[in-house]
Amino acid sequence: MKDETTQNIREENAVVPISALGWVRWFWRQLTTMRVALQLLFLLAVASIPGSVFPQRTQSAMKVNQYISQNPETSIWLDRLGMFDVYGSFWFSAIYLLLMISLVGCILPRMKIHAKAIVSPPPNAPRYLKKFEFSQSFATKGDVDSTFKKISEIKTHLKQNRWRVIDGEYFISAEKGYLRETGNLVFHLAVVFILLAVAFGSTYGYRGQVILREGTSFSNVLSQYDSFTPGRLFKSENLVPFNVKLEKMAVTFEQTGEDSAKATDFGATLKFRENASEEYSEKTIGVNSPLDIGNSSMFLLGWGYAPHLIVRDASGATVFDDVVVFLPQDANFTSTGVIKIPDMQPQLGIQGIFAPTGIVTSDLGPHSMYPDLVNPMIFASFWQGDLGLDSGVPQNIYTLDKTELKQVGLHDLKPGETWELKNGTGSVEFVSVKKFATFNIASDPGQNWALLGAILAIFGIIGSLYIQRRRLWIRVVNDEGQTEVVVAAISRHEDVDLSEVVQEITTECEKLVNVAK
Amino acid sequence: MAINETFAQYSNIFVYGSMAAYTFAMFAFATAFAQGRDKENNPQNGRKSGNIAMSLSWLGTILLGIGVLLRGLSASRVPWGNMYEFSITGTFGVMFVLLVYSLKRDVRWFGLFIILPALLSLGLAVTVLYTESAQLIPALKSYWLLIHVSAAVVSAGMFAIGGVLTILQLLVEKEERRIAEGNPPSRLQAITSRVPDSKALDLLSYKVHAFVFPLWTFTVVAGAIWARSAWGRYWGWDPKETWAFVTWVGYAAYLHARITVGWKGNRAAYIALVAFLTFIFNYFFVNFFFAGLHVYSGK
Repeated sequence: MKDETTQNIREENAVVPISALGWVRWFWRQLTTMRVALQLLFLLAVASIPGSVFPQRTQSAMKVNQYISQNPETSIWLDRLGMFDVYGSFWFSAIYLLLMISLVGCILPRMKIHAKAIVSPPPNAPRYLKKFEFSQSFATKGDVDSTFKKISEIKTHLKQNRWRVIDGEYFISAEKGYLRETGNLVFHLAVVFILLAVAFGSTYGYRGQVILREGTSFSNVLSQYDSFTPGRLFKSENLVPFNVKLEKMAVTFEQTGEDSAKATDFGATLKFRENASEEYSEKTIGVNSPLDIGNSSMFLLGWGYAPHLIVRDASGATVFDDVVVFLPQDANFTSTGVIKIPDMQPQLGIQGIFAPTGIVTSDLGPHSMYPDLVNPMIFASFWQGDLGLDSGVPQNIYTLDKTELKQVGLHDLKPGETWELKNGTGSVEFVSVKKFATFNIASDPGQNWALLGAILAIFGIIGSLYIQRRRLWIRVVNDEGQTEVVVAAISRHEDVDLSEVVQEITTECEKLVNVAK
Repeated sequence: MAINETFAQYSNIFVYGSMAAYTFAMFAFATAFAQGRDKENNPQNGRKSGNIAMSLSWLGTILLGIGVLLRGLSASRVPWGNMYEFSITGTFGVMFVLLVYSLKRDVRWFGLFIILPALLSLGLAVTVLYTESAQLIPALKSYWLLIHVSAAVVSAGMFAIGGVLTILQLLVEKEERRIAEGNPPSRLQAITSRVPDSKALDLLSYKVHAFVFPLWTFTVVAGAIWARSAWGRYWGWDPKETWAFVTWVGYAAYLHARITVGWKGNRAAYIALVAFLTFIFNYFFVNFFFAGLHVYSGK
């Protein structure tokens, strides 16, 4: 940005600084040169690439762990270098912080210069205009004085075309396009502003995930989240205690082949209220239409099937009656789930495959061949023994620890069917199929600021690239007894239409005076 | 809503028809280019084949336009729901811009260099990227599809034009330097003698890039706004987002380099080229090799 002063800086750089202050000044000068800003920009682009190559903790901790277990040796070093959290790593932050400082260092002095330029009138015209690349002249019949008087009428034309005009002794000087530099400064300030807004939002915001089955509800407190990622300065008091109930999860399928289909539309109908004293409102949210509630927004991420099961013990008493989330594994929603019933003698574990359209083939075993509910089935294996829940080690609810368990049966169930466990130890009933939905709940207090910054940046960049800053001079001279009108223009940057501007103004001038043929 | 198979089939026929017209146009452009030597003294050189090439380009573009339109009508939506549709729409956009520009200025010298990538893009579209016309997946059902993707299509076209100009500029500059050093002309002269000088190319490429940069900025911002309503966050460093950012930074660096002492001309041109490569990488490779949320834009 300091292109005009690069030369001076180079000379200063040649002098090796001695004092500490000298070093600071030298460093500052370096940092705020366009060359270094450019290099930092490059560095930022290069530095963001590893984040698209390696799995990122911020996106999927599971994938990172998978990668680490597959490449244990290299992973240690990759992890130390921050390759699994590129955008939160110290070196990435260092680059963009330096870039921000460099930007500010560039912008502030330029703002001062530009502020001065805006209030000061255009400078006087140079004496010899013909030496300029974009200049034209023509001879007139009158003398210098009378010609200049006539030419002066051009000022009205110039002012109408938003030129800023002054005149002096036989010259007119005009300038326009101040918005170019304004746009440029607005753009760079807006970029800094966006970075600040992003940082603010991620420090004070949060995001979490929730799984809701049809008919269940959720209160916005920390303990009810399935996963929760707070910003560094987020406080749990900031959670607005709203309440949401999933009434219905609706999915529409479109047939894409003989035995395949895609979900073309899905929506979750929610009842919600911001506090207990309010009435419930209802809204159906979909993939592109979130629910804004409290200071957060609730987004529908995905869905799956959740069979309703009832387990009874030997005496026939109900020990389990719930809707269980089965996680989808493929496009046809072959889903897997686990049910653990510790309140039974012996303890019962059920590992199941749910298929909305169930089929068993020799190569794939039990699976689903269509995502909609055509022939819903659960292929269950039943395990009895010790579930291992008392060991104190937290267990994954989607896996069964089979070390102390013995398989006691393998059976498939359709809705309405019941399977009796061996030796009369109990029964399992598959009642019906419901659906579940996964939601992202997030609050980002910086997002509107970031949007504002983005809009300003776009307007700024349009101004700085599309508006031309031009200076225009008209001078009436006496060239060896012949009165001449000379028009010249310059631009600080590449300005392809400058010759056309000079041509147009020259033509306008010619209309005002008697042109000598 | 059901897919209109007839429209989808006719769309394919029109796309193939446009490829045929473009192929003939390419031969005509090549002929015009070969005859175009010594333009300054003999402006009529290659004029006839140039005219034929332009007419064929118009024909091909009209056919392609109908193909794109039918593709959209077959599914009752904008025709840019996957990479196949994105490619045919993008190619149409580039050719349309070129033809409209040709009404004002003579771009026959440039035609060959645009028709080649246009054909390449259509060829990839009908072979590698082809997908049956279908309903949009839920994540794409938003009016932001219209805004974000149309801006991306136009940007892609302008980036391609800018990239071609940059390559030409570098070639011409190399040859000019060779001659300035007193060496005899190289084989490159076959191309460089038929296009404008490096300064003019540099300026033209700057104009294209300066035009498209704000549009690309808008594309990224619109994408972020859409991402917020579709995925719950406006920026999440998804591979596609990351590479869009890298491209943005690349072109920003190019624009800065052009006003920096010591970076003008060649060095700036190389930056523009690198930025273009990151865009191509993002378009073709990120979809296929990196898992991300933009998977639907692949096959």
